Amino acid sequence: MEFLSLISLGFIPVLIGFILLYGTIKQIPTYESFVEGGKEGIKIAVSIIPFLVGMLVAITVFRASGALEALMNWIRPVMEAIGVPAEIIPLIIIRPISGTAALGMTSDLIAVYGPDSFIGRLASVLQGSTDTTFYVLTVYFGAVGIKKMGDALKVGLLADVVGIIAAIVVVVLVFGAQ
Amino acid sequence: MVNYIWVFMTIVGFVFAMINGTMEEVNKAIFDGAKEAVTLCIGLISILVFWLGMMRIAQESGLLDLLSKLFRPFVKRIFPEVPTNHPAMGYILSNMIANMFGLGNAATPLGIKAMEELKQLNGGKNSASRSMVTFLAINTASITIIPTTVIAIRMNYNSASPTEIVVPTLIATIISMLGAVMIDRYFYNRRSRKG
Repeated sequence: MEFLSLISLGFIPVLIGFILLYGTIKQIPTYESFVEGGKEGIKIAVSIIPFLVGMLVAITVFRASGALEALMNWIRPVMEAIGVPAEIIPLIIIRPISGTAALGMTSDLIAVYGPDSFIGRLASVLQGSTDTTFYVLTVYFGAVGIKKMGDALKVGLLADVVGIIAAIVVVVLVFGAQ
Repeated sequence: MVNYIWVFMTIVGFVFAMINGTMEEVNKAIFDGAKEAVTLCIGLISILVFWLGMMRIAQESGLLDLLSKLFRPFVKRIFPEVPTNHPAMGYILSNMIANMFGLGNAATPLGIKAMEELKQLNGGKNSASRSMVTFLAINTASITIIPTTVIAIRMNYNSASPTEIVVPTLIATIISMLGAVMIDRYFYNRRSRKG
């Protein structure tokens, strides 16, 4: 799986190089566009501060009190039987519900277990590979006034399950278990 | 829902601390958690500024439009009920491309636009049409080409290789996308059999 990391490594420089060259060929003021777009990045980073503060305080309190450990011990036997670390369960539960909450959990898992641990890698891939079904459902259907959702919720959540299983399998195959 | 989970974690934490005698740790955790969150966001600024700057170039040079042309034949097959040149198709494509490149903020208004068009195609009814369910399914399993925020967090915590998760994420996301399309088809077929 060495070559996969190699692709991962070369992917971003190639993409950036391509964007820059394409912009230059199309005679876009590349640097000025970059700066304009970048300003939006500051806004986004600052605007997620309250979300993350709220979530990380709740998570750290939950952990420091010993409640998280109790929960983990309770579900660990079941989870380990299917080869999933129990630590990842809170993230799996919250991922379809709130994007920023999941982001908080992911960063907490990475901080506690290390970015290059099995749990850290699994959290990274999970965070990147599924989206917040409930949020998308509420916002998109709410905005245009759809009252009857049909199979939308079922389909969305089942797709999340597929995504979660895919993330676990891919991480185990690429980086090895635990 | 997230409100309940949030309150639950905090309150259960306090109750546990009372029983376990971990009040001191919990008090510390409140301030540590808050500090950690702010530090993290500050750390995210660097990559968000850089990435969104790059994406602005891709947008203004027409690279994103070019990509959406590339994906059109594929997307047409997923949405058989949407006419090829209908504006809904354009919005669906732009929304997907924006999601792929981690432009969540740009993706949402495009997605709502797409929904509006799909609703009109459906005669303005307040129930979800087949295409709407498909569009939602695809959105919730959105393909991510570069998970920028995750890379930034990994960098923040000194990963030996912050970008090593790019290809695994891409593979997982493609599988979840295919899964979403197939599950959606399955439910559609089941609906049409029932009539």
